[in-house]
Amino acid sequence: MSLLEVSDVTVRFGGITALADVTCSVESGEIFAIVGPNGAGKSTLFNLISRFCEPDSGDVRLNGRSLLDRAAADMAALGVARTFQNIDLFETSTVLQNLLIGRHARRQASFASQIVFSPAVRREEIAHREAAERIIDFLDLHAHREQRIAGLPYGTRKVVEVGRALAMEPRLVLLDEPASGLSPEEARDMRFWISDIRTELGITIVMVEHDMGLVSAVSDRVLVLAEGRVVALGTPAEVQSDPGVVQAFLGVGAEPEA
Amino acid sequence: MRVPFKTSHRHDIRLFADRYQALRYAALLTLAIALPFLLDDFMIGEVTGVLIWAIGGMGLMILTGHAGQISLGHAAFLAVGCYANVILMDRFGLPFPVSFTLAGIVAGLAGVLVAVPVFRLHGIYLAIATLALTMLVEDIIVLTEPWTGGVVGLTAPTITIAGMDVDRFSSPDRFYWLCLSITLLVTLAYCNILRAPLGRAFLAIRDSEASAQAMGVHVARTKAAAFGLSCLVTGWAGALLGHYFYTFNHEVFTVVVSIQLLLMIVIGGIGSIHGAFYGAFVVGVIPQAINISRDWVTAVLGTSGVAVPGLETGVFGLILVLFILFEPYGVHGRITKWKTYFELFPFYRRDLFRRQKSYLKTERIR
Ligand SMILES: Nc1ncnc2c1ncn2[C@@H]1O[C@H](COP(=O)(O)OP(=O)(O)OP(=O)(O)O)[C@@H](O)[C@H]1O
Ligand SMILES: [Mg+2]
Repeated sequence: MSLLEVSDVTVRFGGITALADVTCSVESGEIFAIVGPNGAGKSTLFNLISRFCEPDSGDVRLNGRSLLDRAAADMAALGVARTFQNIDLFETSTVLQNLLIGRHARRQASFASQIVFSPAVRREEIAHREAAERIIDFLDLHAHREQRIAGLPYGTRKVVEVGRALAMEPRLVLLDEPASGLSPEEARDMRFWISDIRTELGITIVMVEHDMGLVSAVSDRVLVLAEGRVVALGTPAEVQSDPGVVQAFLGVGAEPEA
Repeated sequence: MRVPFKTSHRHDIRLFADRYQALRYAALLTLAIALPFLLDDFMIGEVTGVLIWAIGGMGLMILTGHAGQISLGHAAFLAVGCYANVILMDRFGLPFPVSFTLAGIVAGLAGVLVAVPVFRLHGIYLAIATLALTMLVEDIIVLTEPWTGGVVGLTAPTITIAGMDVDRFSSPDRFYWLCLSITLLVTLAYCNILRAPLGRAFLAIRDSEASAQAMGVHVARTKAAAFGLSCLVTGWAGALLGHYFYTFNHEVFTVVVSIQLLLMIVIGGIGSIHGAFYGAFVVGVIPQAINISRDWVTAVLGTSGVAVPGLETGVFGLILVLFILFEPYGVHGRITKWKTYFELFPFYRRDLFRRQKSYLKTERIR
C-alpha cells in the first residue's frame, strides 16, 4: 500500500479546472517531485493533500484511509507537514518560537497544567526545545535562533519554514518550491538538506520545484502537470525525454527538436 | 549590553531572564506590598484602581494583544463579572472567594458562547459584532431588574475573608492587598500561558491562520480558548470593580469603557503583559492630570473655572492618535527602545526596531 494515494481528483474554482482527474501515489521513503508550468495546479494539489481545499470529486488517502473528512488542523497529528509557496512564517516570533509552534501537535499538557506550568509541562517544554535544537543543528540555523522572522533575509526564511515543518516530526512533508528565490549557494544547500531529510530523518518528501537540476538530482519520480492534467509520471530521465512534457512546457504545437 | 548566557533549555522557560531581572521584580513586589505604609488612603485607592484596570487590561491583552482578535465588547464581560459576583454574594450568600471565582467562570463561559458565532469574523466585522455586545448587555441589565436592580443598580456587600472585613472605604489597605494578590496570580498565570503551547498557539493564529492550521492548531478552538480566558480575567476585574465602585448600575459599563480598555492596551503596548500595566497607569493618571491642570489654568487665568465638556475623552483620543502615529508599540515599546539604547550605547541604530518589509504572504488561502 502506498503512503499517499490521490485518485481521480478534480478541483474547480468557479470556471477554472485547477486539477482534472489527477491520479498518483507516493511510496513511503520516496522523494516525489511535481513539476509543471505556472498555473498547472501544483499548489492546488498540495492544498488538497493538506486539506486546505476540497475536491469536487475523487479521493485522497493516507495509509489507505481517506483524508476527506479531516480538517487542515488534523493533518499535523497524522504526520503530514507542509511549507507554503510564498513563505508563511509567524512573523513576530523568533526562529526558535516558530520551530516550537511546529511542535504543537506533539503537545500533551492539559489546559489547566499549562496555566500552572506544572513540572510535567516543564519537562515537556524542555523536550520540545531539544527537538527544536536538533532541527537548528540539522539546518545550521544557530546564528538566527533568537532572531525575529520579520528581520530575516528571504533565503533564511525559506530554511526556517522547512525547519518548522521538520519540527513537526512528520512522516510526509510537502515542500512547495523549496529552492525558488534562493541564491545558487543557498539552492545547493537546500539540495543536500532535501536528500538528508529522507536519508537521515527518514521522512517521505513530495516537492513542487521549477529547478529541473534540483529535481533530477534528488527525486526518485517526477509527476508532470499541465493545466490540471497529468502529462507524465516517471523517473526524471524518463520524464525529460517524454515528448508530451516538452510540448507542455513549450506550448501546444511545439515540436521536440529532432 | 548584558546577554544572558544560556547553557540549558531551562533558561529559556524561566520566568526571569537572569538573577538581576528576578531581583528587580522582587524589589518591585516588596514596594507594592509595602505601599499602604507609604501612601495615604486616597492614593492607595487610586493605586487599587490602577491594579483593577491592569487586570482588565490583561484580560483584553490575551485576546487582542496575543491572539490578535479585536474586541470592543469587553465592558460587557466586566459587567457580567461584576453583577455575577454581587448577585452570588447577596442572593446565594456565597463567601467572596467562591463568588469571585464563579463570577470569573460565568464571564469566561459567556465569552466562549460569544466566540463560537463570531469566530469567523475578522478585523472590523469582529469589532462591530463585539461593540453590539456591550450595548446588548447594557439593555439586558436594565431589563432583568429583579436581579440587577435595573437602572438603580446594586450595592456591593462588604467582603469577609478569614473573619476580616475587606472594604474599600473602611479598610482600603486590605482591599488593596486583595487586588494586589489577584493581580499577581493573573500575571503569573498569564506568563505561564505564554511559555506553554497555548500561548504559542495564540501567537500563531494572530500571525497566520493558514500556517497555524498547518501546524495542527485548531483555529476555532484556540479562538474560543482565547475568548474564554480573556473574559474570565475581565470578569474578575469586573467583580473587583464592583467592590471598588461600591454602588454601580448599567451606566458604569458603557461602550466608552470598552473603548477605554482597548485604548489602554494600545497605549501601554500591544502584545506584552507590561503594556496592560503601563496602560492602566496612563489611564489612571490622565484624569487626575487633567483635573490638576484645569485647576492650574483656572488659577492662572483667574476665570471662574474652565469647564470644557468632553475634555477627558478628547485628551485620550489625542494621546491614542499620537501613539498610533509615532509609537505603535506603546509605552512598553518606547521603554524597550530606551533600554536598548543605553545597553547598546553608542551602537544603537535608529532602524533597529523597524520592521523589515515583509515578504508576500500566502494570498490564496486564508
Ligand atoms: N483559491 C483559489 N481560488 C480561485 N482560483 C484558484 C485558487 N487557487 C488556485 N486557483 C487557480 O487554479 C490554478 C492552479 O493554481 P496553482 O496555484 O495550483 O498553480 P501552480 O501550479 O502552483 O502554479 P505556480 O507555479 O504559479 O505556483 C490557477 O489558474 C489558479 O489561478
Ligand atoms: Mg504554486
